[in-house]
Amino acid sequence: MSLLRTPLYENIKAAGARFVPFGEWEMPVQFAGIQAEHEAVRTRAGLFDVSHMGEVEVRGPDALGAVNRLITNDLEGIVDGQALYTCMCLPSGGIVDDLVVYRFSREHIFICCNASNVDKDFAHIVEHLGPGAEARNLSERYAQLAVQGPLAPALVQRLTSVDLSTLKRYFFTLGQVAGCETLISRTGYTGEDGFELYVSNDDAPKLWDALFAAAAPGELMPIGLGARDTLRLEYKMALYGNDIDATTTPLEAGLGWVVKLDGRDFIGKDALKDQKEAGLSRRLIGFKMDGRVPARHGYEVVDADGAVTGVVTSGSHSPSLKENIGMAYVPTTSSAIGSPLLIRIRDRAEPATVVKTPFVSR
Amino acid sequence: MASSPIDLRYTEDHEWAREEPDGTITVGVTHHAQDALGDVVYVELPAVGRVLGEKGTFGVVESVKTVSDLYSPCAGTVVAVNDALGGAPDLVNRACYGEGWIVRIRPTSETAIAHLKSAEDYDAYCAALSH
Repeated sequence: MSLLRTPLYENIKAAGARFVPFGEWEMPVQFAGIQAEHEAVRTRAGLFDVSHMGEVEVRGPDALGAVNRLITNDLEGIVDGQALYTCMCLPSGGIVDDLVVYRFSREHIFICCNASNVDKDFAHIVEHLGPGAEARNLSERYAQLAVQGPLAPALVQRLTSVDLSTLKRYFFTLGQVAGCETLISRTGYTGEDGFELYVSNDDAPKLWDALFAAAAPGELMPIGLGARDTLRLEYKMALYGNDIDATTTPLEAGLGWVVKLDGRDFIGKDALKDQKEAGLSRRLIGFKMDGRVPARHGYEVVDADGAVTGVVTSGSHSPSLKENIGMAYVPTTSSAIGSPLLIRIRDRAEPATVVKTPFVSR
Repeated sequence: MASSPIDLRYTEDHEWAREEPDGTITVGVTHHAQDALGDVVYVELPAVGRVLGEKGTFGVVESVKTVSDLYSPCAGTVVAVNDALGGAPDLVNRACYGEGWIVRIRPTSETAIAHLKSAEDYDAYCAALSH
């Protein structure tokens, strides 16, 4: 089967992308290099093609209530025009996906989900969506460009008459950007200020080119999935399939802040409530390697006798810190900041230390 | 893409090998390899004296994104390692055919690397990989 290509394939190819298969998609892993791209987003601005992400729209007289029964966070806690980071769980409390949910109105909810989960998520939503709402999978219609970094607001402002200074973090609006009808969302997956811009597939190449045309030399770089991963890791943002999945709960993953157990029922609530009351046996922590060898996804956390006690879910060299960082599930008894860990790397047990997260601060 | 140095021999695993006047073989990774790896952040070196089989793993190169094993181009014994890589692993990116060399091996056979690819063949091999 040939890989899917986003509407921006020709643009990113022309920008010098090195492509890799990413799930069903042919995506850019890097352009200039992970280190350079990472620094660009932290100090200037970067542009990401994230058109592989999925979009599901839910409409109906009780769209808000219907979606609220599928997610762990609470749409009653935000206003129209605001977005919400949340998990969607199984009855077991295991995570189906992590989502950004946009509240247009009580009758209109828009959901952004992970590319590899689109079909699974849509089936889950359709199966469990109660009366009073209907879901549509719009993933094939929308492209998404993320503009991230300290210079991103000024750059996007040059292309729109929408006053972006009034659009606060995790708020969104509809407006024209470079003449394209755009859902402008002040969100991202890098820890930096910036926007995620949803446009029609047809408009995506025009918006990509307009952003580069509006940027001063050196202001904006194209960014691949490699730097996207190091950027999100430095802020301990979970990556579905690595740090969270159907076998992990939001509480274990440190996402208790998006689990609202008071009030309405939602799928997984009972299990999460039980887990909270019983106490967690393992937690997703951030660690730094004491030595120079990076730990990677899947490496085992071991005790002094070599018995496996946990697992590394993400691990990389941190381009900002020049240290090796990662996330791992470890027993709660080893999860306090400062706790020593041992991680099996090839034939050795390498020391690491549990540290405060995010690893960097803005 | 720049063509590979003609005085070296190459493996399909993207190591280069150079025969030194004293008969030892210096080994590193190719431009193609360092480019594919991206920013190198750690190189795991073997102990001097370690005995290697042809295509045996002798170390690991870690970039920001990935881990890649190093394979010996010939059977022999490690006689030197590039300790400079400990403090500056990015030498592999900046000077893969020079200061970014990785190990030196005393081969068990005098013609240990004669069967490896020439620069021309290696360049053709890389060109075929990228299509």
